[in-house]
Amino acid sequence: MSATVKKAGFGATLWEYLTTVDHKKIGILYLVAGMFFFILGGLEAMLIRIQLIKPDNDFISAQFYNEVLTMHGTTMIFLAAMPLIFALMNAVVPLQIGARDVAFPFVNSLGFWLFFFGGVMLNVSWFVTGAPDAGWTAYAPLSIFSEGHGVDFYAIGLQISGFGTLMGGINFIVTIVNMRAPGMTYMRMPLFTWTAFIASVLILFAFPALTVGLFLLTFDRLFGANFFDPSMGGNVIIWEHLFWIFGHPEVYILILPAFGVFSEVVPTFAKKRLFGYSSMVFATVLIAFLGFMVWAHHMFTVGLGPIANSIFAVATMAIAVPTGIKIFNWLFTLWGGSIRLTSPMVFALGFIPTFTIGGMTGVMLGSAAADFQYHDSYFVVAHFHYVIVGGVVLGLFAGIIYWWPKMFGTMLNEKLNHWFFWLFFIGFHLTFFVQHFLGLMGMPRRYWIFLEDQGLDFFNLISTIGAFFMAAGTILFLYNVVVTQAKGVKVSGDPWDARTLEWAIPSPPPFYNFKQEPLVRGLDPLWIEKTEGDGKIKPAEPLGDIHMPNNSFVPFMMSLGLFIAGFGVMFQGSYWILAVIGFAITAGSMLYRSFKDDLGYHVHKEDLEDEKGDGSNG
Amino acid sequence: MMKGWMSKFKAVFALVVLALVLSGCGEPFLSALQPKGEGAEMIYDLMILSIVIMLFVFVVVIVIYTFVIIKYRQKKQDPDFIPKQTEGNHALETLWTVIPIILLLILAVPTVQYTFALADTSPEVNEEGEEQDSLWVNVTGAQYWWHFEYDGLEVSTSQELYIPTDRRVYLSMSSQDVIHSFWVPSINGKMDVNPTGNTNEMTLLAQEEGVYWGKCAELCGPSHSIMDFKVVAVSPGEFEEWVQDMQQVTGEETPESATAQEGQELFADNCMSCHAIGADPNKIGPNLTNFGDRTKLAGVVDYNKENLVEWIQTKGEEMKPGNHMMDAGYELEDEEAEKIAEYLMGLSPSDITTENAEDSVYKDSDLSSLFPEEEEEEGEQSEDEEDGEESDEEGSSEDEENDEE
Amino acid sequence: MADDMLKSTNLPQNPERATLEGRNKFMGFWFFLGGETVLFASLFGTYLALKNSTVDGPAANEIFGLELVFLMTIILLTSSLTSVYAMYHMKNNDPKKMQLWLGITVALGLAFLGLEIYEFYHYVHGYHFGYTTSAFSSAFYTLVGFHGAHVAFGLGWIISLMVRNAKRGINLYNAPKFYIASLYWHFIDVVWVFIFTVVYLMGKVG
Repeated sequence: MSATVKKAGFGATLWEYLTTVDHKKIGILYLVAGMFFFILGGLEAMLIRIQLIKPDNDFISAQFYNEVLTMHGTTMIFLAAMPLIFALMNAVVPLQIGARDVAFPFVNSLGFWLFFFGGVMLNVSWFVTGAPDAGWTAYAPLSIFSEGHGVDFYAIGLQISGFGTLMGGINFIVTIVNMRAPGMTYMRMPLFTWTAFIASVLILFAFPALTVGLFLLTFDRLFGANFFDPSMGGNVIIWEHLFWIFGHPEVYILILPAFGVFSEVVPTFAKKRLFGYSSMVFATVLIAFLGFMVWAHHMFTVGLGPIANSIFAVATMAIAVPTGIKIFNWLFTLWGGSIRLTSPMVFALGFIPTFTIGGMTGVMLGSAAADFQYHDSYFVVAHFHYVIVGGVVLGLFAGIIYWWPKMFGTMLNEKLNHWFFWLFFIGFHLTFFVQHFLGLMGMPRRYWIFLEDQGLDFFNLISTIGAFFMAAGTILFLYNVVVTQAKGVKVSGDPWDARTLEWAIPSPPPFYNFKQEPLVRGLDPLWIEKTEGDGKIKPAEPLGDIHMPNNSFVPFMMSLGLFIAGFGVMFQGSYWILAVIGFAITAGSMLYRSFKDDLGYHVHKEDLEDEKGDGSNG
Repeated sequence: MMKGWMSKFKAVFALVVLALVLSGCGEPFLSALQPKGEGAEMIYDLMILSIVIMLFVFVVVIVIYTFVIIKYRQKKQDPDFIPKQTEGNHALETLWTVIPIILLLILAVPTVQYTFALADTSPEVNEEGEEQDSLWVNVTGAQYWWHFEYDGLEVSTSQELYIPTDRRVYLSMSSQDVIHSFWVPSINGKMDVNPTGNTNEMTLLAQEEGVYWGKCAELCGPSHSIMDFKVVAVSPGEFEEWVQDMQQVTGEETPESATAQEGQELFADNCMSCHAIGADPNKIGPNLTNFGDRTKLAGVVDYNKENLVEWIQTKGEEMKPGNHMMDAGYELEDEEAEKIAEYLMGLSPSDITTENAEDSVYKDSDLSSLFPEEEEEEGEQSEDEEDGEESDEEGSSEDEENDEE
Repeated sequence: MADDMLKSTNLPQNPERATLEGRNKFMGFWFFLGGETVLFASLFGTYLALKNSTVDGPAANEIFGLELVFLMTIILLTSSLTSVYAMYHMKNNDPKKMQLWLGITVALGLAFLGLEIYEFYHYVHGYHFGYTTSAFSSAFYTLVGFHGAHVAFGLGWIISLMVRNAKRGINLYNAPKFYIASLYWHFIDVVWVFIFTVVYLMGKVG
């Protein structure tokens, strides 16, 4: 039982994390795993940039290069950005809405372990027959013809981790709908919670398309199906549709929570209420809605014809409107404020011009006719890195630094954070700004080498130099983390002088979050209490017993079972036994879960009164 | 559609500066920023229009951004200052919703227009309003080379596509393995080359003679980055000559030197099952009819005998990783490979080559020799698209093409 | 409170939604079904794109026999109805009758699955219409097979619930579990109606 918080040994801590259903601990698990994969993906990026430092380079082989670029994209999207977003959602959303936990703590844990084992599975491919080599988009029929088991690892690994993501999404939808504290109406929810909510809805409706796509790919490769085999009547364009019906909303799944982070950070450090709150909410919903209607802008050159291309072009451009609304709302939140340049704020401020450029090139790409030049060139590479690094990654770091005290009770070194920002930010623009031009100068993406005398040398060199700056910045951040945690200086519950509910409780919060359910009196509840009350959140209920869920090892076992089964399905023959064992473990775990009542336990009123951490610590 | 703002001096100035900056980018034979063809030029205009609109937005954002950061920093003397907690401002919010919509509409109109224009594969109309015959080329993408078959002309080439300048060339494209993408940035945007069943069409119109580089723009395997090809644009008259020269080739011609003759025999014994010389439809491997005129070996390697022998002997293992020639079963002595190389490098049926593509000689022609009387067949292919307006215009003079269907 | 969860007396009107856990499950499951809808929509889309890609294999109207499929449809629709009865008795706190009707639902589900297996067997052996025959065959077996797998999973689920709760009554803890299992069963039924229409009727006629 996790109730007893003592200094535990390593074994006990490990067991606690393997079995935890506490959203705060799951958030930490997501953070650690996500950072690990982020570093892995970063190393892959460095290999790419070193290979492209000069023309005709032979640093790595063509085949290996394709594996690296595939794994870089796959890792960064599915195994770094997604889990880091889930890390923040887990760490913050229940606290922001005044809940004691998420709606489905067990499923929450299952979601993490599925993601984790899926990610491990993908990376096992490096050591078994080679990694997937058909790009993160895995276009058929290249992905069908790809030799070895690389693409099988891609299909099965992503399938497993995708299940986890889907569960996480449903969990957060229900949490936000059902578990809000008294007074926390929809239009009082912090923007981060709003964006987490909308992103979860997107996950719910986008991921099943990927699930189907991956199943078809798996069946084609492993069981002789003919979905993508033209000689048997298959059609390769089906994959592109399924992939992008998932893939485009995926971009918004990533960016919306980052927008949410900025919408928390900017008001806090401008000491001002978010400008145009309701239009921000509206813009978020509109972006999500439009996000489902524009997938074919990734397919302008496929030959869908001018009618389809025009419709999707105009729909794509329309997304710029709500995005623009957001940018201006942030600017006008700053307007008239009292701006503190703390490191999360610096990340937020770095984001605004960067993302504006990314959005601008997005509109340019949306112009279907012009896209015939941009498509699959380095211009696109530049664009989506401006959006995903300049938007998502800056947002994630802003969020991680901002909520670090809430997650760990310590404060990252501000000076190092600023250094990290500048190295990363300058490196980023060096790396990717010139890539716009490389694309227009005739360099397609996913190129293992570029030739001499084509005018591409200089910008490629600049780009590689920039990548080293980014790497240096990231290393500095890791150093900062290690040093900060080693020192372990504790901070108060509200070190940033912030506005939302999560800052009303101690850092890190007690495992039950709120001793008494908080009463929310408006948007930015803590700010309201600070300016109009005594700075303490009012309780909505008398002190009473708190019901908490039990820890469980079952999610780990269920995920492990699928992981093992994946190998059986992949290698077949005598390895089928692995599939049998794996599915048996999963099914057995599910039965165990069904047959053993899990009613949770209660923290008693008397114990709560003894504990010092009072729910409304300032 | 650009006339409204073109008149304004500042805009023109900005445009000129922008265009100068951009055109400094890249090499003229490869860069989309130095358009040399009809499609590339249209797209370039659109690009400039969108950049101008976007720069306007960017400047507005940056001005406000810089202002607020400087003006509204926390004051040292008054750290406890609490700003007014503004909820929003309807007028402002409406403003920054409406203005972007207008800007996007300005961009959307030409976008749609150009999207349709670029997809248009109806026949060209000459000054007299007559529909001209269309030159169709069947393009086949393969790992990792390109095949070009001139429809109805009994001419095939690989890797180097010869086209006449100032005339649209119509491409009908498909792949024999994975998806590729056909891209000649200085002439037109790209179009995917899909496996069977999804044939795509596009046009090329080069405005200047020259050799333009083409790239594969869709990941297609290890050698994706070296699946280069060339588009050789020559004047229409020269193109006609080239076609006639190519049509003469049967593959039976006896080369001059004795070594090359031996090479020819060796080639026939070892290579002909995949490679063709002349208009043979065989396209398992690249067509080698005018191999002697190539500028690059396999699209990217320096063209010389040493490299060619190395290619033959290693089957391109290093030069083009993952290429399908590695599956070929032949085994040759080094001398034999040299003889074949000698033979291949002598295959130069025409005086019109990449070497002299850019010479100053311009021979005009309406290409009529390429379309002898049986033009109905040619016309049909492009007829069924939407060409209502053209056929209306010339309906009085020539409508015999339409009436049989 | 934990004991209250397992008490079978004094149940409220809607025991499946009486607790926060129950409400969460109820809502979460509806959202899950939303995701499942996208899953089947994608499979339907794929099927429609490939339904004429028969290559050398048999086409839809050559193999489908509507009699059998119609019978399967009736069986599955009926099982949906019997699961409604089961839920009715659950709300009346009558576990015996609930178990009985669930038992009938399971029996009908098994009959459906048996007929589907027979149907597939018949296609493979009677018409040489295997999974790898053509793009059409792959799409057909994948779509209908996914549905069949859902039926099988649903059966396993309901049977586990019946066995687990065989010796105890309905309570606030297991009521939501029964309820969402029946929701799932209805969903499977709805999907089958679409399969019957899009695959079989349109395959035979269109």
